[in-house]
Amino acid sequence: MTVRSVLKRLGELVIVLLVVSFGTFMLVSLMPGDPAVSILGEGHSQAEYAAVRADLGLNDPVFERYLHWLGDALSGDLGTSIVPPYVDVADRIMAALPVSVELAVLGMTMALAISVPLAMISAYRAGGRLDRMISAGTFGILSVPSFLAGLLIIMVFANQLGWFPRAEWSRLSEGIGQNLYHAFLPALTIALAETAMFTRILRNDLIGTLNEDYILAAKAKGMGTMHILFSDALRPSSFSLVTLMGISLGRLIGSTIIVEYLFALPGMGSLIIGAADNGDFVMVQGAVLVIAVIYVVVNALIDISYGYLDPRIRRAHV
Amino acid sequence: MSEIVERPVVTAATADVEMASVHPDAEVVVRRRQPKAWRGAVLFVLGLAIALVAVLAIRDNGWIQLLVVLVGFGVWYAGASELGRARFGPGFDLLGWLCTAWLVVLVLAAIFAPLLPLGESEDLTKSILEPANATPDLLSDHPLGTNNFGLDMLARVVYGARASLVVSIGAVLIGMVIGGAIGVLAGYYRRAIDAVVGVGTNSLLAVPPLILLIALATVLEPTLYNIALALSLLALPSMIRMARANTLTFTQREFVLAAKSMGASSGRVMLREIVPNVVLPLASYAMVMVSVLIVAEASLSFLGLGVQAPSPSWGNMIAEGEGEAFKQHPHIVLVPGAVLFLTVFSFNLLGEKARKRFDPRAAKL
Repeated sequence: MTVRSVLKRLGELVIVLLVVSFGTFMLVSLMPGDPAVSILGEGHSQAEYAAVRADLGLNDPVFERYLHWLGDALSGDLGTSIVPPYVDVADRIMAALPVSVELAVLGMTMALAISVPLAMISAYRAGGRLDRMISAGTFGILSVPSFLAGLLIIMVFANQLGWFPRAEWSRLSEGIGQNLYHAFLPALTIALAETAMFTRILRNDLIGTLNEDYILAAKAKGMGTMHILFSDALRPSSFSLVTLMGISLGRLIGSTIIVEYLFALPGMGSLIIGAADNGDFVMVQGAVLVIAVIYVVVNALIDISYGYLDPRIRRAHV
Repeated sequence: MSEIVERPVVTAATADVEMASVHPDAEVVVRRRQPKAWRGAVLFVLGLAIALVAVLAIRDNGWIQLLVVLVGFGVWYAGASELGRARFGPGFDLLGWLCTAWLVVLVLAAIFAPLLPLGESEDLTKSILEPANATPDLLSDHPLGTNNFGLDMLARVVYGARASLVVSIGAVLIGMVIGGAIGVLAGYYRRAIDAVVGVGTNSLLAVPPLILLIALATVLEPTLYNIALALSLLALPSMIRMARANTLTFTQREFVLAAKSMGASSGRVMLREIVPNVVLPLASYAMVMVSVLIVAEASLSFLGLGVQAPSPSWGNMIAEGEGEAFKQHPHIVLVPGAVLFLTVFSFNLLGEKARKRFDPRAAKL
């Protein structure tokens, strides 16, 4: 990947972010009725409504309002929530974001830790009984929506067995042991779908790699199974996995949000769902903008790094 | 060629695996024992008998009944599968047929719901005399039990299917028609149109699907129509990309060149030569997409932002059983959950099959 194509990618990135921010900004205009009425409620005087409208800047031209909003957002001011207790949006997001990021990272790590050995078992005896069971199982898991999976996990581990608490959270600053203990079930829920996805794709690629001549050569040389799987086959098979991690990011964010709602954790998910419930569009706007920026930037980073990881891509594209 | 290599779409669940894979559809030899018709028939009858005994005899303990029914189904499945392979050859796919049957039954039930002898599904005033939180019992008036308000779960599941199917199939159709048209135009004309469409799709993909839905739900009224429109925005970008990628491949084929050299106009080339070829992969992808959108709608309703109670939807039915109700009456979650799972699974499986068959990229031209 040359400097030029990286720059081109960055240019696209900026344009996409501008379009997304404009879309987010225009969200309010989709709302039926007058925003001033929905903020104050019914039964106020015309002058009061007009004051709120002027306060929101609704009398200015759209584009001017957008530039104003974007300028504020870039300087870290995402406005104030429109329902009580009228908190600062950026502050709330800064408080909630670490929880979500931690959950997503934990879930992803857990998924990788489970799926790599599972895929190896599956691919090593492809077509065998164990492989068929793993394949069917992962396909089944992919059809379980994350909120359902979360409820079932709560039913088994929190309600029946009572091993883990539900709806409690302990911040990282209160000790890592407590923190991980509380994050385990939510992270497991997030990891479930990702594990199924990773296992399937890694198995597919491992089967292809294991058919290559150099694996045969390694076997003929008398290398052990573990050595062949981990040292020879894993790296060339893991490129699609890296792409997939970029692709699954969207689903990962989605399931993190649902899981936070299910386990009542103080992250971005609870924030945005609560705000959506209250019709607090300023809060939703801010949260959507922050999430979209993170999502787009991480995806672009994965895209760019992909060329460095796999020499074949570098030659094919540039 | 490098333009045709698209980054895989963000949304579809299972399609990603195959599309992102370096080795699509690795050939795997499955070793199975020789099917014997008699063994299949014995297991077939045995499985049915176990399930029947469970339904008729074990009526006091729901969990044990469920377990025995599942065991019976497993035995029946093994038998039926072996019987099928002995009769129709090794390619017989019982699971595929079962999924088809499930979807057919579901769609028929959803269409003819008002004609079916179902209990009350949403009017609370009519269910006052019914038992609340009744456990499922196939032989009673409420085969799948009742909820907290005495509403019949079977009726709610069927009417919920109506909402889910109408919304997600409608959204996929909207996405397919609009997205397909935009994609074909972008792939055929390239240049400025393509660039604008590219920025548009990338921007839609830049917001994670569920976030987009929540954002729209904040400002829109939760009517079925609005939910379908919001969901179609999820289907749109992947449909555009798919149609565009396929158009790019097909415009380079000989039959398009032939049509052009015979003097066909651009419109005619697109409508008569390209669209018929692009529709098949789009339609097979639509199957997978339907399952994604069913999950999306269910998630939204579960969060209380989609279909509003007491109108039934699988998502808000599952939400009803959250918390304390779930501990005492697990069926309130398990019944709609199972229906949701079976439906999504069926769409995934059949969509996957259709995609393998009709996607030109997988067909190794």
